[in-house]
Amino acid sequence: MKLGTEPSAVTRWIILGVVGIIFAIPIVALIQFSFRDGLGGGYTLDHWTGLFGEGAARTYRGLFQAVGNSVLLAVVTVAIVLVVLLPTMILVHIQFPKLKRVLEFICIVPITVPAIVLVVGLAPVYSVVVKIFGSGVWTLAFAYGITVLPYAYRAIQANLEAVPVVTLSEAARSLGANWATVLWRVLLPILRRGVLAAAFISVAVVLGEFTIASLLNRVNLQTALLQVGQSDPWVAAIFALLALTFAFVLLLLIGRLARNRNNS
Amino acid sequence: MTTLTDASAPVHTSGAGETPRRRTVHLAKYLGLTPFAVYVILFLAIPTTLAVVTGFFTEDGAFTLDNIAGIFAPNVLATFGSSFWVSAVTAIVGAIVGALVCYALLGTKAEGTLRTVIDSLSSVFAQFGGVMLAFAFIATIGNQGLITVFLRGIGIDLFANGPWLYQVPGLLPVYIYFQVPLMIITFMPALQGLKVQWAEANATLGGNRFTYWTRIAIPVLAPSFIGSLLLLFANAFSSYATAAALISQGSQIVPLQIRSALVSETVLGRENMAGALALGMIVVMVIVMWGYSVLQGRTSRWQR
Repeated sequence: MKLGTEPSAVTRWIILGVVGIIFAIPIVALIQFSFRDGLGGGYTLDHWTGLFGEGAARTYRGLFQAVGNSVLLAVVTVAIVLVVLLPTMILVHIQFPKLKRVLEFICIVPITVPAIVLVVGLAPVYSVVVKIFGSGVWTLAFAYGITVLPYAYRAIQANLEAVPVVTLSEAARSLGANWATVLWRVLLPILRRGVLAAAFISVAVVLGEFTIASLLNRVNLQTALLQVGQSDPWVAAIFALLALTFAFVLLLLIGRLARNRNNS
Repeated sequence: MTTLTDASAPVHTSGAGETPRRRTVHLAKYLGLTPFAVYVILFLAIPTTLAVVTGFFTEDGAFTLDNIAGIFAPNVLATFGSSFWVSAVTAIVGAIVGALVCYALLGTKAEGTLRTVIDSLSSVFAQFGGVMLAFAFIATIGNQGLITVFLRGIGIDLFANGPWLYQVPGLLPVYIYFQVPLMIITFMPALQGLKVQWAEANATLGGNRFTYWTRIAIPVLAPSFIGSLLLLFANAFSSYATAAALISQGSQIVPLQIRSALVSETVLGRENMAGALALGMIVVMVIVMWGYSVLQGRTSRWQR
């Protein structure tokens, strides 16, 4: 190990320490800000307790509504991933191996076509969507399903390639199982980790999405945060902290899922 | 057993020799691809096409090159210039700092707590921060921010040159804050892929730490580093949320210019201008991402 490839412990901790401290400052500042008592200095718990106290439901109705919207959007987006993307990926993996490259390409495209570009073309598409499905906020999930495509694809694909999907499904079929049974009782259980990871990362992406909602004039957590931030920046800071923490926990869980897979 | 054959039938069995039943089964299999295909056409292909072609039309649907020519107007070119400048600076700083962190993480256990926590934090900041990171920086170096107030206490005025946090220069610290984590996520696998045998060969041949890095590691990592740099550039170039949260009006960078073109209700035909801007952006994105994938391909050759 004395080959000079790895940094010494001192070098490692100096780098990680300096970068870590610099990166911690804005988060610490955000936490400190959420306890500030107005602009005068001094600290208070009021902003935090106010969220759970009486009348909070009325005062922050807009914000709670927006959280509800984002949760609904996350659920519908995950449903799109599970119902539209997942079966297609399994089908391509088993039946159309030649289409794998095409599918991968399609799923990576949203990285090159950023949300700010997509939204220009989504505006006319949504004027049609509204006529068919109404103007419910959940319709935004159609666009989010595209936004999460690269992330969800990678999560599922990693799992798909690690297990003998074709062999297992053929074995089940030869034992007389129909396709629904194969999908439900054989494939879903062995793809559980990849599917869960895809779902979690989709939730994180949807909760953080701002661009499309904002420019299509829909209300979700992020657009509401920006609006609330102008009148009550403390509450906006608290919600930002909570959302960041929630996303962090989701991603830790994804990391844990991947680790278990490697160990088993 | 026929069903089994159907299930595992290779793709090339379609042909004149098939029985009608087999052909139906074959068609049915393709039918399974339609939901995804329809979905992607409706919400990815059509919006992308619309975004790119609306720039070529007037409000009434007549063909025009005016919007495209509009990209080359001095003020729009200046916007592209600012976007390039912000993206390049934050990509370079992000790539260097991120690579340093990756280097510091070499030799730690990939599945240990340290790496899991850093990976998760990196993903959060790199991909989901947006508006929230803008808040964090307002709380840090905004008018009443933690650091601003602290520095004011010791006689340094952060805002001596005006409220720069709410202008283009203010994007730099926030963008770097999500570029470094993105670099950690994208560059770590390449560093991880350096083989111990190369270091051993270097040592056997009488090399030292210096020759290992200058003759082996850096040349091997270069394509991946530059590829990641391009990805970071694309990331900053296309990012909108942070900028929109910090800069409430005006169109200092391209995504903000698209915003003003989209939301302005007073000037007719602005939506088509948004199309032209989107086209300009996509051209830049395609070139940069193409470079990225070429360099990634080079890297993956020795990574497996």
